Amino acid sequence: MGIRLLGLGARMAILLVFAIFFIAPVLWLILAPTKSDNALVTSSPFSFGSFHNVAQAWNHLDAYSDHLYRRWIANTLIYSLSATAITLAISIPAGYGLALGKFWGRKLILTLTLVVMIMPAASLVLPIFLELNALHLIGSVFSVILPFSFFPFGIYLAYIYYATSIPSELLDAARVDGCGEWLTFRRVALPLAKPVVALVFFFSFVANWNNFFLPYVVLADSNQYPITVGLSNLLASTPSFNPAVGGGGQSVNIFKPELALATLLAVIPVAIVFLLSQRALVRGTLGGAVKQ
Amino acid sequence: MEATRTRGLHIPRGLPFVLPYLPFLIVFGIAPTIYALELAVTNVDGSWAGVDNFTRTYDDFRFIPAFKHILVYTVVWLGALMVFVVGLALLLHGRANRVSATYRFLFYIPGALAGAAAVVIWLFMLDPTVSPGAFLLRDLLGASIFAQSIAPGNLPYIFAMIAFWTGAGGWIVVMYGALNTIPPDLEEAARIDGAGPFTIAFRLKLPLIRKWIAYMLILSFALGTQLFVEPEIVQHASFGLVSDTWSTNQLAYQLAFRYADFNGAAAIAVDLLMIGLLGAVVIVTRSGLFRAED
Repeated sequence: MGIRLLGLGARMAILLVFAIFFIAPVLWLILAPTKSDNALVTSSPFSFGSFHNVAQAWNHLDAYSDHLYRRWIANTLIYSLSATAITLAISIPAGYGLALGKFWGRKLILTLTLVVMIMPAASLVLPIFLELNALHLIGSVFSVILPFSFFPFGIYLAYIYYATSIPSELLDAARVDGCGEWLTFRRVALPLAKPVVALVFFFSFVANWNNFFLPYVVLADSNQYPITVGLSNLLASTPSFNPAVGGGGQSVNIFKPELALATLLAVIPVAIVFLLSQRALVRGTLGGAVKQ
Repeated sequence: MEATRTRGLHIPRGLPFVLPYLPFLIVFGIAPTIYALELAVTNVDGSWAGVDNFTRTYDDFRFIPAFKHILVYTVVWLGALMVFVVGLALLLHGRANRVSATYRFLFYIPGALAGAAAVVIWLFMLDPTVSPGAFLLRDLLGASIFAQSIAPGNLPYIFAMIAFWTGAGGWIVVMYGALNTIPPDLEEAARIDGAGPFTIAFRLKLPLIRKWIAYMLILSFALGTQLFVEPEIVQHASFGLVSDTWSTNQLAYQLAFRYADFNGAAAIAVDLLMIGLLGAVVIVTRSGLFRAED
């Protein structure tokens, strides 16, 4: 009995330590913009300052380079949402065609998709840059949106969904009823795709929103940056971590609270998507995407 | 009507639905790979260079240090994933459902902050003047100012910790899902045979999710070698303390951008691409976790 209790205690202690490790930095980030730069150093790390400080930090952040921060958020929304829309428009039909079609090259397309899906996305960034550079497409927003739209994981999710969740008898019945291939897809297969649309949206949006490497490499104008690259740009222009910037901090008014606020606002859209989908995800839909 | 028309044209079933995807697969998947390969084996003027670009970049004084950095980083990260992700998933599996779901969710939250945001947060966490973990920084790293926290020797461990912080929760969910596929009768039988919780966890459950662990490790290894965001951002914040060619990918980036040496950059990109490709091919052909057939 004593050993059992000890085991239980050890288990709880381990889980608690890890919960603190995963959550404390997030809590700190949420509280940091409520304090002044000075209070961040002097007061307790998890204390609450005031909403007035948040407003002030926002004013400083928003004034930075003539509303550049808003621009970055808007850019990220445009890149992420348009790429995700293209991804959905491509991958739902393609997954359907790959699952229920019979044509030469189907196996090859599936295998290539799988291989590219499992390869780290970063491994294709420099090759894509070299290709776009040769085509003189560097600096265009399409050199971010179009590569983002190529999302093999979305194709695979749609493929697995149609291959396992839709009985082919259902589609055959539609065909017997006189629906052509296109009508069968639109009237039967597409309305059934809701769960997989949500899943592809989640993974594609989050991947696009957080992507740093590709836009960093293919965009040159800071007005075109997404927020990830913007954050690194902001970081480089404050003396908070980099004393070399020197007086720069005073002139741009970007100190630690502003930087924390910029980081916090940058993750809110992804956090919302996470919260909306956490139940489905934590329940193990992730694992369900894969043959067991 | 439509069915007849389709049959008349002999369009293979399903193909029209896949067609819009093909340009993307070709332009952003296959073509860049082939083009990088071509650049890697040619000179600036397009003449055949053989393995020259590979040996030249290998001999670059920055190549071996960068490669060592990402190797140490990857090994530390993989070790942490293997021990803690598997350990935590086993700990959570078989707990009361609601408690377990809460922990899984808490562990998963940092995943929303992946990439640049996570790096900025951890720069704060590593700054002893503001960090809630300042006492740990002092006791474990002996750091009382930020520059000491990000001393070169600490960096592989710091990057491994950031990667673990953002990614471990997702893997715990995957491992937990894999553990749930183990039939309860099997566990029950082991318990009747007198197996304790430790024996069940390590002798029964662990071998049954071996495939998933291998999958996680191969995937993370390939991903780890690609390290770019973390050192690039830390370099911006480091007062020139951290080299801008800290990781192999950064070196390739610098070759392309600072020296316009696209052939050299392509050679390094191909080195890394091959690691990723090899990992992917092993997973697809050997693990049986993914299906490409009915």
